[in-house]
Amino acid sequence: MKNNPTDEKKTRRDFIHITSGVTVATGIAAAGWPLIDQMNPSADVLALATVEVDLEPLQPGQSISVLWRGKPLFIRYRTEEEISKANDIDLNALKDPQPDEDRAKNSKYLVMIGVCTHLGCVPLGQEGEYGGWFCPCHGSHYDTSGRIRKGPAPTNLEIPPYVFLDETTIKIG
Amino acid sequence: MSNIKNGKGVIGWIDYRLPIFSTLQHTLIDYPTPRNLNYWWNFGSLAGIFLMIQIITGIVLAMHYTPSVEGAFASIEHIMRDVNYGWLIRYIHMNGASFFFIVVYIHIFRGLYYGSYKSPREVLWWLGLIILLLMMATAFMGYVLPWGQMSFWGATVITNLFSAVPVVGTAVVEWLWGGFAVDNALLNRFFALHYLFPFLIVGVVILHIVALHTHGSNNPLGIDRKGPQDSIPFHPYYTIKDLFGLSFVLTIFAAVVFYAPDFLGHPDNYIPADPLKTPAHIVPEWYFLPFYAILRAVPDKLGGVIAMISAILILFALPWLDTSKVRSATFRPIYKKFFWFLFIDVIILTWVGGSPAEGHFILIGQLATIYYFAHFIIFMPIIGIIETPKPLPNSISESVLNKPIKDGT
Repeated sequence: MKNNPTDEKKTRRDFIHITSGVTVATGIAAAGWPLIDQMNPSADVLALATVEVDLEPLQPGQSISVLWRGKPLFIRYRTEEEISKANDIDLNALKDPQPDEDRAKNSKYLVMIGVCTHLGCVPLGQEGEYGGWFCPCHGSHYDTSGRIRKGPAPTNLEIPPYVFLDETTIKIG
Repeated sequence: MSNIKNGKGVIGWIDYRLPIFSTLQHTLIDYPTPRNLNYWWNFGSLAGIFLMIQIITGIVLAMHYTPSVEGAFASIEHIMRDVNYGWLIRYIHMNGASFFFIVVYIHIFRGLYYGSYKSPREVLWWLGLIILLLMMATAFMGYVLPWGQMSFWGATVITNLFSAVPVVGTAVVEWLWGGFAVDNALLNRFFALHYLFPFLIVGVVILHIVALHTHGSNNPLGIDRKGPQDSIPFHPYYTIKDLFGLSFVLTIFAAVVFYAPDFLGHPDNYIPADPLKTPAHIVPEWYFLPFYAILRAVPDKLGGVIAMISAILILFALPWLDTSKVRSATFRPIYKKFFWFLFIDVIILTWVGGSPAEGHFILIGQLATIYYFAHFIIFMPIIGIIETPKPLPNSISESVLNKPIKDGT
């Protein structure tokens, strides 16, 4: 390298070009980030992240929909038959295998985000081939545990983070 | 007009300092145009006129529209009922979008038939496809603004397409939404971008025209011009031809605006958006139906999204997928048939896209999707090699003047 003067000259000049190039690129990235990040959920949207629901008035076989972070939540007091149907299956046959006890903290109450995992439509309750939910947009069938059984949706209906504050009150988020 | 060149008069004085008048003269008056263009060549200028109609009516609508989830639907009804001529301006804007797509789709099929994408017009073709992509984004965002049921659920389904992206999908969708669902943040940014994008389209249209004028228009024979005898000035020959065609198109447009303004829309969009209830039958606007059919033809979420995007991106490679040196399908007996097969295939995809995804529609949609891609990936390269084109005429003027004289030229 040192024997060749043009190579040495090129290397030193390159160093200046690269360092200034990196400095400019870093500066543009740093200045550009606020412009990109402003589109992410704002502080007030993030602050509305929990909701408490009283399950006392629910009777077996009844469902309610609650709006949580702009999305519908399905809360269903399942009947004995639905619970046994949800447990009485071969997990290996599922597209997204998950046992029912992992999906409902109290097997009576099923709490799910009521948004089809395909493209975000709201599925209809107690419809479809598995007696659970059916999405009218592109024909996804979910079972009584909200697991995907048939259709284009890739995963089960999502379970939000929630805790039971007492026997019949839950806090979501 | 001679004042422009010799620098005399007000126009000449300005033009000497800013050559705007001589540029316009070159572009709209002197521009040498092949003397044999048929009416399919009207659709470029028609597209430009509909872009102008959309921008003018859109700016007016923005003066009365409220971009918030509480106010949007009511402000549209306010425009329809209370604003002077608001109903007319909104109906022109709604149907103007549909007509913009009609003329652009005809313009694209014109290019496919006459080989307008071939050398040296590849970049011109790409710029047109970029305009199409911008139009699609603009139309989609505009459809969200009235905040009806179709607006809301269309926005939900389409933005959720990005959730198919592995790993970062959810983060990208929440970034687009500015929240955890389609809500006020999304409506506001869509309004801002819906206002911006038409001006981006104007910018790309200017580049499209610059690229067009670099090598001049293609023509129905698809052969290059050999000399001045093959050209005529744009004005008055094609200005008058374009205006004559425009009078027909505007007559049809007015008939739709006044007598069937909601024919191309969905009644569900006159129901205010309800995030708890999805309409039973969601379909996009008619101009997205072929692509929607391709999305649904693939039973996998990510695969469907990739197929839908590829349906447009594949058109960028068309100049190389078409192996034939002959531009115009007039001289390509086999390709001419396959052009019409493709046209029918797109009509079938439109029909399937608007039908519920069940029963035999699923199979028809899948076959039509396979055919769409096969046309570009398999048939076009092979046809170009095996086909024997008909003999090309020696020149445009010879071809035009040897025809039996019908119109006195």
